[in-house]
Amino acid sequence: MLKRLFPHPLLSVTLTIVWLMLVNKVTSGNLALGILLGIVIPVMTAPYWPNRPKLRAPLMAAEYALVVLWDIIVANIVVAGIVMFKRNADIHSQWVVVPLELTSPEAITVLAGTITMTPGTVSATLSADGGSLLVHCLHTDDPDGIRDDIKTRYERRLKEIFR
Amino acid sequence: MDQDMTLLSELLVSVFLIVGGIFGLVGSFGLLKLKQTMQRLHAPTKATTLGVGGALIASMLYFLMIEGSVSFHELLITLFLFLTAPITANFIAKTFMQGDVPENELPQTGREFGWAVYDDPPSEEDEEK
Amino acid sequence: MITYALIFAFACFGFGLLATLWRLLAGPTAADRILALDTMVINFIALLILYGIWRGTAIYFEASMLIAMVGFVSTVAFCRFILRGDIIE
Repeated sequence: MLKRLFPHPLLSVTLTIVWLMLVNKVTSGNLALGILLGIVIPVMTAPYWPNRPKLRAPLMAAEYALVVLWDIIVANIVVAGIVMFKRNADIHSQWVVVPLELTSPEAITVLAGTITMTPGTVSATLSADGGSLLVHCLHTDDPDGIRDDIKTRYERRLKEIFR
Repeated sequence: MDQDMTLLSELLVSVFLIVGGIFGLVGSFGLLKLKQTMQRLHAPTKATTLGVGGALIASMLYFLMIEGSVSFHELLITLFLFLTAPITANFIAKTFMQGDVPENELPQTGREFGWAVYDDPPSEEDEEK
Repeated sequence: MITYALIFAFACFGFGLLATLWRLLAGPTAADRILALDTMVINFIALLILYGIWRGTAIYFEASMLIAMVGFVSTVAFCRFILRGDIIE
């Protein structure tokens, strides 16, 4: 019963908080409406998300978010440098293939998003069976290094978070 | 004392505005300068996101410290842009690859199946084998 | 001081808007044009927020949030249309 009422408890909490931020004023009426939305929307959209993704280690997730945020800032400076100060002929773009050990769709989505936001790489597509990821690298002379970097820095952490 | 605080907050807001502006400029400049479409994809997804992020943080600080009102909207916009930037980049990359990149230009997947843009995912019959 | 920083930021994002406009016209592929439109929306959001600081009102945040959402949905719709020839399957 409780599970049918709250198919995704985290989603309900997030929706309530986002609603309060949207109206930008915490009153009891807004809170009630937010909670109502937080209950109704997950129930209505439950058929689209049949299984609940398991988040094992919330502390690891927080650490991951901080690491990614830092990397986004560093990556931005690096990319800005490449764009502004390198001649077009000197930019060596390459495709890099990253074999994946992650299997759950949520974890792969997070990894692909992270790769796009960080060090000069954009994730382009998955292989048809979801076993490896095609990444485009703006400037590198060492594609293997990039691949190992992605695997040790992000995938290792995600494997522990989405175990 | 009070004047120092105002000066400090003005300085902070200005720094964020200038940093945001520079990153926004670099992102759009990259769109002009780079020669390949896949390269051009890099500049806007990164630099522009931080550019807008800088402007939004400046705005939040401005309303917090100078006008004295708290606003969560900037936070929501930043969050929304950070969440959607990878998705749009991925969609645009796929669109580009389907139309303009022949499959043999890409490296091998190292798996039984090709890249998802060109190859269908394994059907249930395949999995039973 | 904020005024000068604001003018600088306005100039930066304004130039960015021109750059995306050029990329939108020049192409050469459809993906380039979609990318240019997406970047244009982001630049426009930044300009709107700067205008909000300039006028000292928070009234433009709702507008920029809506533009961000519409921009995202339209980018995805464009891409889907080119990828599949159909937006909603």
